[in-house]
Amino acid sequence: MSLPVEKAANLTVSVARQARRRGLPRRRPPVLTALSGLLLLGGCAGDTPSALSPGGAGAARVAGLWWLLFWISVAVFVEVMALLVWALVFRRGNARVRHGQPLRFVTLAGAGLPLVILVAVYGVGLRDLAALGDRPGPDAPTVEVTGHKWWWEVRYPGASGATANEIHIPVGERVKVRLRTDDVLHSFWVPQLMPKTDLIAGETRETWLRAERAGSYRGQCAEYCGTQHAHMAFLVVAQSRPDFDAWLARLDDPAREPRTDAERRGQRAFVQGTCAACHAVRGTGAAGRVGPDLSNVGSRWSIGAGAVPNDAGHLGGWIANSQTVKPGNAMPPQPVDAAQLPDLIAYLRSLE
Amino acid sequence: MSDHGGVVAAATGAEALSTELPVGRSAGWWGMVMFVATEATLFACLLGSYFYLRFQYGPTWPPDGIETPELLTPLVMTAVLLPSSLPVVWAERGIRQGQRWRLRSGLAATIVLGVTFLALEAAEYAETLKRFTMTTDVYGSLFYLITGFHGLHVLVGLTMLGWLLAASLRDGSFGSHRHERVRNAAIYWHFVDLVWVAILFTVYLSPRL
Amino acid sequence: MSTTTTPPPGVSAQDLARLAEHWAERPTLRGWFSTVDHKKIGRRYLVTAGFFFVLAGLSALVMRTQLARPEAGVVSPQEYNQLFSMHGTAMIFLFATPMLFGFGNFLVPLMIGARDMAFPRLNAFGYWVFLFAGLFMWASLPFGAAPNNGWFAYAPLSEEQHNPGLHMDVYALGLLFLGISTTAASINFIVTALKLRAPGMSLNRVPLFVWAIVATAFMVIFALPALNADNAMLFLDRRFGTHFFDPSAGGNVLLWQHLFWIFGHPDVYIIVMPALGIVSAVLPAFTRRGVVGYPLIVLSIVSISIISFGVWVHHMFATGLPQLSYSFFSAASTIITIPSGIQIFAWLATMLLGRLVLRVPLLYVIGFVVTFVLGGFTGAMFAVTAFDQQVTDSYFVVAHFHYVLIGGAVFPMLAGIYYWLPKITGRMYHERLGRWAFWLVFAGMHVTFFPMHLYGLFGMPRRVYTYRSEPGWDGWNLVSTVGSYLLAVGLLLVLVGVVHALRRGRPAPPDPWEGDSLEWTTASPPEPYNFPVQPRVHSLHPAWDERTADSVGAGATADRILSDGRRTLITSELDAHPERAVQMPESTLMPLVLAGALLIFFTSMLLAWYPVAAVAALAVVATIAVWLWPPRRPDEELGVAR
Repeated sequence: MSLPVEKAANLTVSVARQARRRGLPRRRPPVLTALSGLLLLGGCAGDTPSALSPGGAGAARVAGLWWLLFWISVAVFVEVMALLVWALVFRRGNARVRHGQPLRFVTLAGAGLPLVILVAVYGVGLRDLAALGDRPGPDAPTVEVTGHKWWWEVRYPGASGATANEIHIPVGERVKVRLRTDDVLHSFWVPQLMPKTDLIAGETRETWLRAERAGSYRGQCAEYCGTQHAHMAFLVVAQSRPDFDAWLARLDDPAREPRTDAERRGQRAFVQGTCAACHAVRGTGAAGRVGPDLSNVGSRWSIGAGAVPNDAGHLGGWIANSQTVKPGNAMPPQPVDAAQLPDLIAYLRSLE
Repeated sequence: MSDHGGVVAAATGAEALSTELPVGRSAGWWGMVMFVATEATLFACLLGSYFYLRFQYGPTWPPDGIETPELLTPLVMTAVLLPSSLPVVWAERGIRQGQRWRLRSGLAATIVLGVTFLALEAAEYAETLKRFTMTTDVYGSLFYLITGFHGLHVLVGLTMLGWLLAASLRDGSFGSHRHERVRNAAIYWHFVDLVWVAILFTVYLSPRL
Repeated sequence: MSTTTTPPPGVSAQDLARLAEHWAERPTLRGWFSTVDHKKIGRRYLVTAGFFFVLAGLSALVMRTQLARPEAGVVSPQEYNQLFSMHGTAMIFLFATPMLFGFGNFLVPLMIGARDMAFPRLNAFGYWVFLFAGLFMWASLPFGAAPNNGWFAYAPLSEEQHNPGLHMDVYALGLLFLGISTTAASINFIVTALKLRAPGMSLNRVPLFVWAIVATAFMVIFALPALNADNAMLFLDRRFGTHFFDPSAGGNVLLWQHLFWIFGHPDVYIIVMPALGIVSAVLPAFTRRGVVGYPLIVLSIVSISIISFGVWVHHMFATGLPQLSYSFFSAASTIITIPSGIQIFAWLATMLLGRLVLRVPLLYVIGFVVTFVLGGFTGAMFAVTAFDQQVTDSYFVVAHFHYVLIGGAVFPMLAGIYYWLPKITGRMYHERLGRWAFWLVFAGMHVTFFPMHLYGLFGMPRRVYTYRSEPGWDGWNLVSTVGSYLLAVGLLLVLVGVVHALRRGRPAPPDPWEGDSLEWTTASPPEPYNFPVQPRVHSLHPAWDERTADSVGAGATADRILSDGRRTLITSELDAHPERAVQMPESTLMPLVLAGALLIFFTSMLLAWYPVAAVAALAVVATIAVWLWPPRRPDEELGVAR
């Protein structure tokens, strides 16, 4: 199933839930469908960030490669098992056997045949490696992603604002992704769009993304990066070009102004309290760079890079003591009094 | 067996048993050679790391305004260490002929050369430590790790030679039939000696290339 | 409890008594600590490695329990990260290699017709160091200071700045400490196989298991220094402020990965190769014929051990190195599957042309073929760079290497345990219990790890302490957890089987399987001197060879009985021509003392008690000096010139 394009632009909290529905409708031979059905017992195919339901050119290529490798493996496995079963059925007994050194059989079956297959596979693999390594040109849209323990900072060259754990890209275009890390190694992985590229301390790496249709694709850090490696997910949101342009334009604008009293009190608490030391909200005095920029936090798909859903209850819990939610993260428990907390929540959730 | 029984008997007869006259290589020889092989690989890893870090670093090497290492002291150290293998060879040949005095004096000569090498290295450190330490940057880390690790090997080699000398000063330790320890220590010393050439090239000469 | 056969007619009762007198060790406490008998040391390796296997396995069970359901709270992330790090580190370093070295220790001298290893005292030393290093590393867990950076310890996460505390110091020092043992054992295997083979065992008659152990030992010699260099630099970075892996001062984080995998990929074969050797050793007895293609298998063993040094970058396919280097390493990684293919088909041909006796060891060999072939397929897939980049660091790779390591190493080990249990303990195992254990282990293994392929492909990264509910992840993770319990029950039954054999097993005859190699010509368990008469080997299957049997019979000469001392024969490297008999060392406490001094050294380095470390280092030097101090001999014996 795929998202209707017009809905993709309307990013609200529900993105998180909608995010799960994606993937290209696949036309496969029935036997293959039956087999993948078997493979997917216990889960439903369209619902996982599965490398086998690609949403873009890079992952589609690898998925094709996988099915090639898979069927070759099945064929060879059947061959080996047939020989083994043959031996088990027809070769029982206890008499000493002295003769037979079928070296030609061993060489052909163990080296000759595999060599032919492997050379062919190697050729196909090189072709796909070259395709994945073919970088988009200099005019391609670019995203700069910085890995932090344990969240993703996302910036667009030319735009002043930043966002976190959510990468917006235009549909059908190759988008250059420039990867840096602020601390340890991480790895950038969106199974449905593109294989991994590690973020190497002290260096810059580049990869690219291309989504064939609008929707959201889950990504996650794939290189062990410490205590909260498990909670370092992100979402790639593919939008139509106009929607993307509009979204990107808003990244330069000040954050949405508070409209209710509660929101205004919340903003004051945010800017004057400890929050602003680490977090930024565009157009306010808050300009901290330690934690994620919160200018559009209200519309993000989760809190804590995939730790919990983005709703009022979880947000409150996070502010009060994020260490119970995501132990080890950099944000200390906040001395927010009970009266202030609802205001803060209201303000943050208004930032869309 | 009868056809080979005689060979076995010859190899295990009273005379053959009482000697260590070389037939093939002994177990001890193989053991030492394998140990040296793994040690040499360790040095290869360290020197490989030097070149890897150097070429990953960029055009200026050494970095941070550290000068290219001066050559005089290391060349003198080379001139002291390389010939130090000769007395060991001479000593080993001597004891193979049962000449204890050659073993003793050869070992003593090598120890003097080895200690001189370490003294020179200490003098060099006294100079370089004023300019950079192993915490200055990666160059300093590499410089002191590699030269220090080699220096440690020289110290171990010297300990072995000193131990041999102590044993050889006592009667009843070594002779023309019993000198395997001498030969094994000699193999180790030659290794420590040769590996210095690789270090000289890597640490002192290659930055000038 | 030894059930000795009647002594070979070639040896007199007088000779036997003298052999027993020279080789027996006193059954005192001191004797227990000072033994240098390769069979006792081999058994200790097996038991100790088995103990560490249990600890690492229990860690895995806790992890699987935590991962049974999404967002479970069985353990904290800090605890989970220590558990998975210790699980990997212990399974690789403290279980797999020592377990196989245990087999090697027990079997290599027996298989080549020798009376002990080339360096029995070094052998004892190696064991004590292994034991102490293993305890050193595990002891950190109760203190919450266990390694927490995976078995791969990637920088810069392993650096002080990102990982304060003792965790990674334990890792670096523990592995350096353990490396002493592994290196010592490897040198010992090589020299033993080169110099102590029975007369007539030319290189083309060396059992495949011994070939495998020797190739493994060579890989250790040339691979382990890379890990040692890496760990030394890591420790210096952490403790003394150097900058090897610190990009802000010119260091490079990828240096760690290069050195680690230059060791790490050969290490895969260091683990699997001796296990494949066990397969080759077990098959003849249960297929009633020699393994097909001996020269091809030897060739494949040698080529694997060489090529394995040229494939390390396939562990770094996602680090963004140049494409050219990827295509080279992809090709090398592809090629290395060919020798394994040859071995698989040689075993299949052996089974197809032999007569199968379906006992428990053969069941495990069959389980091995099924599992290892599957692991081999996914392994070949990882050589394809583009595919590797998609599934590396996902659960797919976890599935892959558990297929390779459980299928390729643990199954053969279990086959070996059942096969040699009669020889090691002198007791037979309970066949039905063994079959139950096999089916549980086999089913448990596949139920646990097959689903990991799936949720790996479905996008689940590895090394996560928990996960948010994703359809396709939850269900299969639960299946894996259930499978792991099944596997644990199966392995428990294996243990029960071993204990049962020890307590209740019926006494084993010397050769219950009609095996083909020399260990089956000794008593079960073997006498301290192994062979009353050192045999003269006439074929690749000496125990099936009448001329070899005759050589220990009436015609045996005193030069192969060697009853006038603790002696064994030294032969030439290639042809095993007898060179001379050598005196073997007596038992001694020195190895234990030396290992103890090293333990104090490494512990005080860990705790930064440097003066204590210095004293311990002096103690190490002094112990070696005393250990090797030449005995005083009369001048005539020494040969001193006047």
